[in-house]
Amino acid sequence: MKSSTRNPNPNPDTPRFGPSKLMVAFRFLRALTLVHRTAPNSSNAARSRRIQRAAFASMAYSAGPRRAWSRALLWRLHFHRARRLCAGRSRAAGVPRRPSTTRSPADELRRLVPGGTGMDYCSLLEETADYIRCLSEQVKLMQSVVDSGGPRGR
Amino acid sequence: MSSRRARSRQSTSSSRITDEQINDLVSKLQAVLPEARLHGCLSMQVSAAKVLQETCNYIRSLHREVDDLSERLSELLATTEASSAQAAIIRSLLK
Repeated sequence: MKSSTRNPNPNPDTPRFGPSKLMVAFRFLRALTLVHRTAPNSSNAARSRRIQRAAFASMAYSAGPRRAWSRALLWRLHFHRARRLCAGRSRAAGVPRRPSTTRSPADELRRLVPGGTGMDYCSLLEETADYIRCLSEQVKLMQSVVDSGGPRGR
Repeated sequence: MSSRRARSRQSTSSSRITDEQINDLVSKLQAVLPEARLHGCLSMQVSAAKVLQETCNYIRSLHREVDDLSERLSELLATTEASSAQAAIIRSLLK
C-alpha cells in the first residue's frame, strides 16, 4: 500500500521524474548504495550525515556550474571533505554556525542560500528561487525512496 | 569575484536595478513558496520583507526535512539487505 501523505503528482500521465530529475535521482541513489556498501556498521548518526551530504551533492552536481548556489555547494562539499580528511567535523552544507543577532531578512537569506553572501540582491532572489525548487525536488525524491523502501511497509 | 563590493552595496548596485525588476523577482520567489504560508494571498503587494521572511522559514524547514529524511533513510539502510534496498529504490524511481 503506497503511502500518499505527500504525493503531489496530480497528473498520472506525466512521468514522476523528468529526465533532469532522473539524473538527480540516479546520482543520489548511487551515493546511497555507496554509503550502504562502504559503511554498513557505522553509527546511525554518521550514516545519516553521509546521506545528507549525498543529498546536497547530488542536487548540486545535477544543477551543475550554471548556478551560483550549486557552485558554492560543490566548493563547500569539496572543501569540507578535504578538511575532514585532516581533522574535525564539518557542519551540514548550507547551515553556517553563527550567533543569531538581529539581521535583515535579506541577510538571513544570504546565510541560508549557498553562496548567498557574495551576491547582489537580484541574483540572490533568482538563486533562491532556483535553490528552493531543487531543494524541494530533493525532498520529494527522498520521501519517495523512504515511502517505497520500507520492507515493513507503511 | 567582487564579493566584497557586492556585499557592501546590496541595494544600490551599479547596474541601476529598477523597483519593477525587484518586484518581479520577488513575485517569482513568492510563486515558489507553498501558497498556504502566504494565506492563499491573491494580493499583489505582499511586502518584499514578508516574502523574504517566508522564504527563510521555508528554506529552514526544507533543511530540517532533509535532515529528518536522511535519518530515516539511514535507519532504512541499516535494516534492509543491500539487494532489497536497491530493489526498493529502483521501484520508487519507476513508479
